[in-house]
Amino acid sequence: MATDTESAAPGAGTNFGVPNEKMGMWAFLGSECLFFGAFISVYVLYLGGTGDGPGPAIFDIPFTSVSTFVLLMSSLAMVMALAAIQDGDMRRFRTWTLGTALMGLTFLSGQVYEYTVFVEEGMGLTTSAFSTAFFVLTSFHGVHVSIGVLMLGALWFMSFTGRIDTSQRSQTAVENIGLYWHFVDIIWILIFTVVYLIPVDLLT
Amino acid sequence: MTAVADTPSKGLLSRPGASSGWTSWLTTVDHKKIGIMYFAAALIFFLVGGLEALLMRAQLSTANASVLSADAYNQLFTMHGLTMIFFAIMPMSAAFFNYLLPLMIGARDVAFPRLNALSLWVFIAAGIFLYSSWLFGGAPDTTWVNYAPVQEVGPDPAGLTLGGDHDQRMLFYSLGLQIAGIASLASAINLIVTVLNMRAPGLTFMRMPVFVWMSLVVQFLILFAMPVIGVALWQLMFDVGFDGNFFRVDAGGQPILWQHLFWLFGHPEVYILILPAFGIVSEILPTFARKPLFGYAAIVFSGIAIGFMGWGVWAHHMFTSGLGPVANAAFGLSTMFIAVPTGIKIFNWVGTMWGGRMRFSPPMLFAIGLVAMFTIGGLSGVTHAVVPSDAQQHDTYYVVAHFHYVLFGGAIFGLFAGVYYWFPKAFGKFLNDRLGKTHFWLQLIGFNLAFGPQHVLGLNGMPRRYYTYPSGMGWDMWNMVSTIGAFIIALSVLIFVVNLVKSVRSGEQADADPWDARTIEWLSASPPPPHNYDEVPVVTSRDEAWHRKYAGGGGEVPRPVPAGASADHAEHGEEHHGEHIHMPDPSYWPLILAAGLPLAAWGVVTGLWALSGIGLGIVLLSAFGWAMEPESEPEPHAESEHA
Ligand SMILES: [Cu+2]
Repeated sequence: MATDTESAAPGAGTNFGVPNEKMGMWAFLGSECLFFGAFISVYVLYLGGTGDGPGPAIFDIPFTSVSTFVLLMSSLAMVMALAAIQDGDMRRFRTWTLGTALMGLTFLSGQVYEYTVFVEEGMGLTTSAFSTAFFVLTSFHGVHVSIGVLMLGALWFMSFTGRIDTSQRSQTAVENIGLYWHFVDIIWILIFTVVYLIPVDLLT
Repeated sequence: MTAVADTPSKGLLSRPGASSGWTSWLTTVDHKKIGIMYFAAALIFFLVGGLEALLMRAQLSTANASVLSADAYNQLFTMHGLTMIFFAIMPMSAAFFNYLLPLMIGARDVAFPRLNALSLWVFIAAGIFLYSSWLFGGAPDTTWVNYAPVQEVGPDPAGLTLGGDHDQRMLFYSLGLQIAGIASLASAINLIVTVLNMRAPGLTFMRMPVFVWMSLVVQFLILFAMPVIGVALWQLMFDVGFDGNFFRVDAGGQPILWQHLFWLFGHPEVYILILPAFGIVSEILPTFARKPLFGYAAIVFSGIAIGFMGWGVWAHHMFTSGLGPVANAAFGLSTMFIAVPTGIKIFNWVGTMWGGRMRFSPPMLFAIGLVAMFTIGGLSGVTHAVVPSDAQQHDTYYVVAHFHYVLFGGAIFGLFAGVYYWFPKAFGKFLNDRLGKTHFWLQLIGFNLAFGPQHVLGLNGMPRRYYTYPSGMGWDMWNMVSTIGAFIIALSVLIFVVNLVKSVRSGEQADADPWDARTIEWLSASPPPPHNYDEVPVVTSRDEAWHRKYAGGGGEVPRPVPAGASADHAEHGEEHHGEHIHMPDPSYWPLILAAGLPLAAWGVVTGLWALSGIGLGIVLLSAFGWAMEPESEPEPHAESEHA
């Protein structure tokens, strides 16, 4: 069956003309909105719950802006990777996929570095309700980025074994992982805005 | 059918080949086998949860009884609630979704067959993990709603009577439900895509059977409710496992947050539990009243309305938590409003039966049982919407009576109705009619004896969740009646199990359409072939099967369609009869991946981080193996195989 439908348009034969995989990814991302929505709400709720520990003044906006920029650029690289596989250029696809994953890793190392600085300055997971909310929110985002990096790595690897090629099925897979990656990126923009940029007195 | 390609795949494991025998069940991706396994596992959990209830009722049968210690009672009633909600009713509904949705929409299987298998195994893994808590010194013991700060300090903060490490019990609660949530979420995504994208030609939304509609609404509720409870469960895990501060007042946390998150999930969950049963009776009543469903559109749209309004009533569980009069009034009103769409359904069911030529077979008896019992539970629910009244009833047995009338009198009666109705489809044999009727009447009597008196007990001030009570409160007689009722229920369920076992082996033969039914799953054989339909039916009306029988055929000639319900093979005609339809192949990965999750969770509970690492490693590796494995192996050339 797979070979027969290879030439058909993506989503052919479905009621909505959208591939099942893509519709599934959209449903999943809808669910994720609630997940991050709840964690972001809890963070805002706990802005004042700093106890004896440091508050939002601890954040280093310039540093995190740089890592945010890297993550943003990784979305661009993801777009380039998808364009490459759609053009049938596997070499270019591999390069951009790897680039996307590396930028994701850069963002993650920024996060790890940031965490160590905060801990040194006296704000750990257990310091206050505020610190717990901050670390859990941002690290769950970090987990999402890590899963994205793993998926990109798998795509890159599978492009050598032939599991990922220029077929319609492979393109849909890449497009789906791209959707996930962009989503995680957008969530970070939201977190960055709420946690780092907006002054606390506007939120409380 | 599940012929494996001559050339081995490039996957990490070779493809499982068996299509019969017990290994075929472990690796199957067939939605019908998965549905049957969902039912079997859910039934086992239902029996265990029932046993827990019997122990509690034995303890409560008389004042100052000493059947159970306080600690044992706390664990049992917590586990009873968790088991019945997450491991009995939800998966039993999932059994119906899995078995019926593809058949009812004319699809070959669900959209993601391997993901479907994963949902099953993850749900079973979650149940095993939660129950393993008894091997580690105790099960969760602070109620299924598990409010903060009791969840952090335990029911006995001074450590006077209870043993056990309470934090560990809470980790079992948190991680066990978290894993079960993964199963529900994966299944919800799968079924949403299946129903939206894989309907047979001509099956428009307003021709879909009501069961399909209600299932679709439930999947959306699960999709958006599971992440909310997921967040609360993670917070609990960080608090008890890693000294986090989400619910700790002294560090700036707010315990009330748990209640908001829990009930923001919890009220939609109520509809997750009941809507499948509503869908089931909406199929059964028209068939056995031999009339079309009265007010199809009203039932569908009221179901959708419930799906939306269910998000705006959660604080009716919190009227006594000090939200203030404005919030209480608002949520009281919204709760009264949400009774309207449910009332619409009740009236439509009564309208369906009105003037019908009724056949009182077991499915119909249970369906009518739902309509009657759920109405009682719904009415007592409306009394909770009245804030001052609720303040009196809060945390009493009146509430216990209410939710058993909606969950047992509603969900369980409806699910059992579905079992009697679709058992002939799944096994080609009837459940025994006499045993079925005995089951129904005993269950109806036992149920009302067990939970009817609890209204009185609650209004007389008996608090729920207490392991014992003094005599002389006026509670003794009704408690004894309630316990007797519980044991009558147990007897009726025993008859049900006997009936299931006997009928699977030697039930009376049933043909494809034994009830003279209305929906297209009855056009397929009983039991259906692995590919469901040799030719996918073209749907031209609501109640398609009925119209083909009684209104002069179904219009267009059915055309053959290959696996996955895509229409692009239709032209090949002759080639695609039964044995040539290429179905997705079985896979080891769902089972292996599911096994990694409880390992990781046991690692967190015991602090053996290496174990967590191994569990996560298994998850990642099997996810990779899964990605490397095509959904189905390239088809061996038909000419050489079937020459
Ligand atoms: Cu509610």
